[in-house]
Formats: sequence, structure tokens, C-alpha cells
Amino acid sequence: MILLKQKTNLPGFHLSLGYTMLYLSLVVLIPLSMLFVKTSTMSFAEFWSVVTAPRTLAAYRLSFGAAFIASFINVFFGFLIAWVLSRYRFPGKKLVDALIDFPFALPTAVAGIALTTLYASNGILGSVLAKIGIQSAYNALGVVLALMFIGLPFIVRTIEPVLQELDPELEEAASSLGAGRWEIFRRIIFPAILPSIVTGFSLAFARTIGEYGSVVFIAGNMPGKTEIAPLLIITKLEEFDYSGATAIALVMLLVSFLLLALTNWAQWWTSKKVGMN
Amino acid sequence: MSIEVSQIVKTFGSFKALDGVSLSVETGELIALLGPSGSGKTTLLRIIAGLETPDSGEILFYGEDARDKKIKDRQVGFVFQHYALFRHMTVFDNIAFGLRVKPKHMRPSETRIKEKVNELLKLIQLDWVGNRYPSQLSGGQRQRIALARALAIEPKVLLLDEPFGSLDAQVRKELRQWLRRFHDDLHITSLFVTHDQEEALEVADRIVVMNKGKVEQVGTPQEVYHKPASVFVLNFLGNVNLFKGRMVDGKPANLYIRPHQFDVARHSQGDNAIKATIKYMNPAGSSVKLDLLSESGNSLQVEITQQEFAKLQLVKGEEVFVCPKDITFCEYEI
Amino acid sequence: MSNARTEPAVVRWSLIGIALAYLVLFIFMPLFIVFSTALEKGIAYYFHSLTDVDTIAAIKLTLITALIAVPLNLVFGVAASWVIAKFDFRGKSLLLTLIDVPLSVSPVISGLIFVLLFGLQGLFGPWLRAHDIKIIFTPIAIVIATIFVTFPMVARELIPVMKAQGSEEEEAAITLGASGWKTFWYVTLPNIKWGLLYGIILCNARAMGEFGAVSVVSGHIRGLTNTLPLQIEILYNDYDFTAAFAAASLLAFLALFTLVIKTLVEYRYRAELEAVGKKTH
Repeated sequence: MILLKQKTNLPGFHLSLGYTMLYLSLVVLIPLSMLFVKTSTMSFAEFWSVVTAPRTLAAYRLSFGAAFIASFINVFFGFLIAWVLSRYRFPGKKLVDALIDFPFALPTAVAGIALTTLYASNGILGSVLAKIGIQSAYNALGVVLALMFIGLPFIVRTIEPVLQELDPELEEAASSLGAGRWEIFRRIIFPAILPSIVTGFSLAFARTIGEYGSVVFIAGNMPGKTEIAPLLIITKLEEFDYSGATAIALVMLLVSFLLLALTNWAQWWTSKKVGMN
Repeated sequence: MSIEVSQIVKTFGSFKALDGVSLSVETGELIALLGPSGSGKTTLLRIIAGLETPDSGEILFYGEDARDKKIKDRQVGFVFQHYALFRHMTVFDNIAFGLRVKPKHMRPSETRIKEKVNELLKLIQLDWVGNRYPSQLSGGQRQRIALARALAIEPKVLLLDEPFGSLDAQVRKELRQWLRRFHDDLHITSLFVTHDQEEALEVADRIVVMNKGKVEQVGTPQEVYHKPASVFVLNFLGNVNLFKGRMVDGKPANLYIRPHQFDVARHSQGDNAIKATIKYMNPAGSSVKLDLLSESGNSLQVEITQQEFAKLQLVKGEEVFVCPKDITFCEYEI
Repeated sequence: MSNARTEPAVVRWSLIGIALAYLVLFIFMPLFIVFSTALEKGIAYYFHSLTDVDTIAAIKLTLITALIAVPLNLVFGVAASWVIAKFDFRGKSLLLTLIDVPLSVSPVISGLIFVLLFGLQGLFGPWLRAHDIKIIFTPIAIVIATIFVTFPMVARELIPVMKAQGSEEEEAAITLGASGWKTFWYVTLPNIKWGLLYGIILCNARAMGEFGAVSVVSGHIRGLTNTLPLQIEILYNDYDFTAAFAAASLLAFLALFTLVIKTLVEYRYRAELEAVGKKTH
């Protein structure tokens, strides 16, 4: 077979590849292609008017904006948590480490109602914030808070292994040459983990852009103000506006792919910059 | 079973691993495929086993075309460099594996399998490890079990890929001798791959010296050491001194002389004698190794027997005369 | 850790403090909320709400969906990781990227594409109506959407595991005369069992908890096309918070269970890795 570069003569290549391709096509490729098929039935003018309608733009602003802010904040705290987990010892560390994945394992709807209850003005944290005049539910802030919950594991789990793989001898060498801890961090550790920070951010960002279940309860869902893009898609579907829904979805998909490409490029660029080829 | 391999070519991407290799192995021989990394020796072994397919060329087992035979039909026992023991099975189950996966009509009974495995364990002198897991054993033990596993299916050919590569020097030496004795008892046609020339010289009936995908020479250890067919073989097997720009029969040539082919004396023995200072002496070993610097600034490696050394009472820094008795290889300049 | 590699104690403990504070506030609180709200009206009410007719139907549908989606994706995962880990072929990285696609697509879009396929206005819409087959707004659509969303889970866990283990043991088995199936069953499978277990658990957790995609295709018909997450939404929107959180607590237990298995698997696998490490060097 022309495809096979053939390293070994293990059996089952054609069978497993064939089955894989078949399943992949049926379950993923064909359904996904529907987005493009449907969009092609629209004229470009139609497409453009849906995608640039004020309501749509507001939804994009909220979904993308909140995702960006949440992921950005999580970079700092996620890094801190990864640092503390890989370098320090403290009671309950193993438990904490295991629970980092909790937002990832928890179904989004459960996360959604729990977060809303937490940040509503009568909730445990919400009431505290209300006292200083901050409303943390049914608005954009609520969405950001929810996405911070969702995105954290992506960042921590991306940075942690890189931190753990750092060669201790590099730091010891720097120390013997007279560098202080902050210097060591700035010049040796940080450049080494920068690519993983970028990757973690992108993963969190990509995941939280299209997030639905965990934010639809806390968002407020007022069209043009606190409506997230996925909800807008559902609303269009309920109005039987398939084309509108698809157009909005397609833009989101394209942004995701763009993001993926950007991530790969950024990773490559930062790796080069810090000389880690 | 005899093996005949003819004009085998194998390329991996842009890398030519084997460039027209031919080889003939008689039934019952123990052959070493010797060469540096990248010489193609492991690729050749894997092609014979059926683990790789050649781009072109013929493979004959007992005169029959083996190219289309599936791996499991070739009756080849393969011992991997890193043993490839099934980590989740006991030693017993590992060895029994080949017998247990035979198709129903060929499969021996469990009792018979038990007998056979125990026989093999005894043969490799490890009858007490049957219930252990590979991770609980030493490298040398794992190696012998990998061998027993391959033997269980009564292969016609035994192929070993750098069998002693990952072992300590002492264990390697012991297993080497053990393999030689083992082969003398069993007489299965065997090929083993090694990059260690000492190993090849000590163990094999014949050595196939390979380099960059080609066969440089095939011969007994005697032949390849004393009568190398090329400079490569010469350099690969043992140390050698190079004398450039000499005249032989009126033609310019390079002379290759091995360390043991010199006489050492305090007085010049003739025109060919070279004056040299002893820079370093290593008398620890079966022979005495001398590192000398000649008058013309070349370094020389010379080996003499302990008796000669005792007679001469050589001292470091002394000036002596070194005279070649023989030449191993003469390379004419073109 | 050597002295060259650590900060003064004051710095260390402050950092630990900040990290833990952040975690407690933002990550662990929601977990606490789920259980405290569920039990607000007492244990009796908790169990009573769980035995509500619609909730039971939702639980049933969730279980059935997982029971169908997980084995299907398991078979795929095994086939895909076998071909990706043991062979070298052109297009391999493309295949890997395609497998990851469902993970980067918004759940709502994951549901949308099936509406576009099987909905009334969809590609197959007219054909389905002509044959009186309904897919969207029935459990069938829920199962299909769930398969899509959890599609990569098992494969993603197995591929690195199989890659790390190499192919030598399989090659050895082949030279000993085993067929492809026998090799897979007796040699490969025991070696990947922990990765496989974790992949199944993860796939299952995701299958049972999927919300967005299922929400789009389900039609929200109480007692018929509601999975547990959808039922939670209905209860919440009906302001029956305690009941909603009671149902949510079931899924929270599932999440915790998943984490326990993950920790266990990592622990076991690390021990195995070390044993293998001793072996190959």
C-alpha cells in the first residue's frame, strides 16, 4: 500500500485504518461538513448581514471577550498553582492536585447552576461582592467568573509537566554562579516554560469560547447585552432560522481553527525566541 | 536449515540501509553480522525474520522462496536486543507463549507444554524462575529467557539482535561463552548481530563484516583478522598501524601492520627498523601493550608477549628499535 | 530539593496560601455548593426528589446513552490508537488532528450539525419524513450527538500509552507464531489496561454529563427526551433548586469518582513505568 511508510510488519494496518477512517467520516467529517454545505446555500450578502447584525456582534463580543479575559487571568493563577504543586510540599497537596481536574470532570450544567448559586447576590461569594457594590451574576462578570472555573485545569495541566521536567542542574549552576532566586526565575525558568504558558492559554481560550452549559445560567441571556453566542445559535434554531444559526456557528468554527493555527505559530515563535529547539 | 540471501536492497525514505547484500548460510552454522551502527546488519536480520520487507532481492530458506511467507510461517526464532519479554506474564507463560498460540490442530496439550517449558528452563539453567515476572530478573537472566522463549517453537533458524548489548562486560563475556557452548550442543542455524568485534571473533563460525549497507568480507575469524579484504575490515577488527607513502615493488603504497607483528630490540635489526621512544607501557594483561613515538613523530602501537617483555626489561622513556616482521595489508596508491 | 532550587520559607508559604485561596474560592466552592444546596431541605427531600418520575426517566436515558456511546467509541479508540501508535504512514498527523476536532467545537455547534443533517429542514429531512422516521427530538439524536462529543476520549488516552510502550513485544509475539488478534488480545491489551480504563471512565463521564449538544437535539420533552443534565436545567428553571441540585449531586459524585480512578490509574501506571524503565536500561 502506497500510504504505509512501513516500519514494522505488524498485522491489522488496513483493517484498523479502514475502520478508523469509516467511523471518523460517519461521525465527524460528514456532520461537520454540513456547516459548510448549509452556508453555501446562502448568498454572501445574507451571510454577512447575519454575522454582522448588532445582536450577533454583541454575542461574539461577550463569548470571545469573556473567554479571553478569563484565560488571561488564569494564566497568572494557573501558573502559580502549577508552581506550587510541582515545587513545594504542603499538607493535602495530593488531594489538591487531584481536584484540579474537577472543573474538567464536572458536567457543564452542574457547574452552571452551582456557579450561579455561588455568585448570585444571595450566594456565598455573591453576597460578599454585593456588599462592595459588585454584581457577579447575570452579567458579563458572571460569565468571566464561570469561565475561570472551566479553563483553569487546561492551564495548570499544561504548565505542570514542563515545570517538572526542568533540569535541576540548570538552576544549581546558575546559583553557583551567583544568581538569586528571582534572577534564576526570570532568566532560566520563565523562558523555558513560556511556550507551555502560551499553549495553556490557547487551550483554555479555545475551550471557553464556545462554552455553553456552564455559562448559560449565570449569563443573564439578555439579547444584545448578556447573550452568549451559543445561546444565540440555539435561539435561531428554535425560530427555524437554520441558515442564521449555521452562519453564526461557522464564524465560531473558523475562529477556533484560526486560534489553533495561531497557537501552533505562537508556540513555534516563543520556542525559537528562547532558543529551545 | 540453510539460508540464501541474494542482492537484497532496502531503503528507508532516503536512507539506503542495504545496497545489494548477498549471503549464504549453511545449516547449523553460527554466523556473526558485524559492523558499525548504520551498516545495515540489524535490517538484514529483520528482513530474514520477515519483520521488514526488502525492496528487491531474494530470500531462500532450504532453497524455497521465503519472501511471501508470513512471519509466523517462517519458523524463525528471534531474540530482541531489549528482550521484548511480555511484562505481564510470568517467565513460564512467556516461554509457553509460542506453543499456546499455535492453531488448535497443532497445539500440544497443556501437560506437554509444561514439560517442554521446564526442559527449556533447565537447559538455560534457570529452572527456579518459572513463577517470576521479567521485572524481577537481572539482564542476563532475561536474555536467557528470551532465548528459551524463541527456542520453544523449535525454530529452524535462530536470529539474535545484539543479544548481549545491554549487559555488563563480565556478564557479556560469560554469556558469550555460554552461547558458543549452547550452539555446539544444539546445532541450530544461527545469526547474531553485533558491533563488538571481540565478540564476533570469539563466538562465530564465520563473520560477515558489513559497512554502509554492503558486505565487506565474509570469512572465518582467522580469515577476517589476518587476511582482511579491505582497509575497512582491517580497521574494524583490531588495532593497526598505518605507514603511509612507502615504496613496494617500485609502487607507492600504504602499509598496515598490526601491533603484534613487530619485534622490539635495543639495537637496530636492519633497514626496516624504526627508532622510537616508549611513551607509555601497559603490562597488565595477557600481553604487553606499548605506545611509542617514532623519530619522525608518528605514534606506534606495539604488542609483545610477557616473556619478551621480561627478557628486555623495558623502561618508560627508553629509546628502542621496532622492526616489522610481517605486513597485514598493503594498499597501493592509485 | 537542593538549596539552590527553593525560595525562602516566607515566600513559599505566601505563594502556597495565595494558590490555595484561589483554588478554594473559585474551584472547590462550587463543589461544596452542590452538596449543601442538595441537602438544604434534609435527607428525606433529597431522596424524594431523586425518585421523581421524570428524574428517573432522565437517569435511565442518561445511562442508556452512555451504554451505547461508550462501547462504540471504545472500539474506535482501540482501532485508531493501534493504527496510529504501531504504524508510520502519510497523513498520520492529519488523522490525529481530525480526531481532536470534536474537542475544539462548541457543544452547541456539535448539536447544530446533526440538526442540519437530520432535522426537518436538514439534508435528510424530507427523506426521513417520507419514511416516517424521526431522529431529531428523539433519544436517537441524543445518542448520536453524544457519540460525536465523546468520540476522541478513549483514543486520546490510548495513543500516548501505546506509543510509549513501543512495538517490540508485539513483534516478539508475531515471530512466535501468534496471529494479529491473538497478539492484540494477549500482549497489547494487558499492557494498556490502565490507560484503557481511564479512557472508558472519562468517556463515560463526558457522555453522561453532556449538556449543550444534547440540549440542541433533544426537544426537552419531559420524561422522554431528557437526560439528567437537561432535567437539572428544567428543575432549576422551575425554581426547584433543591431538586435540581439533588440531581446534580449524582453527576458530581460521578465527577469525583472519575477523579479517583484517574489518580489510581496514574499511581499504578507510574509504578509500571518504573518497572519498565528498569527493564530497558
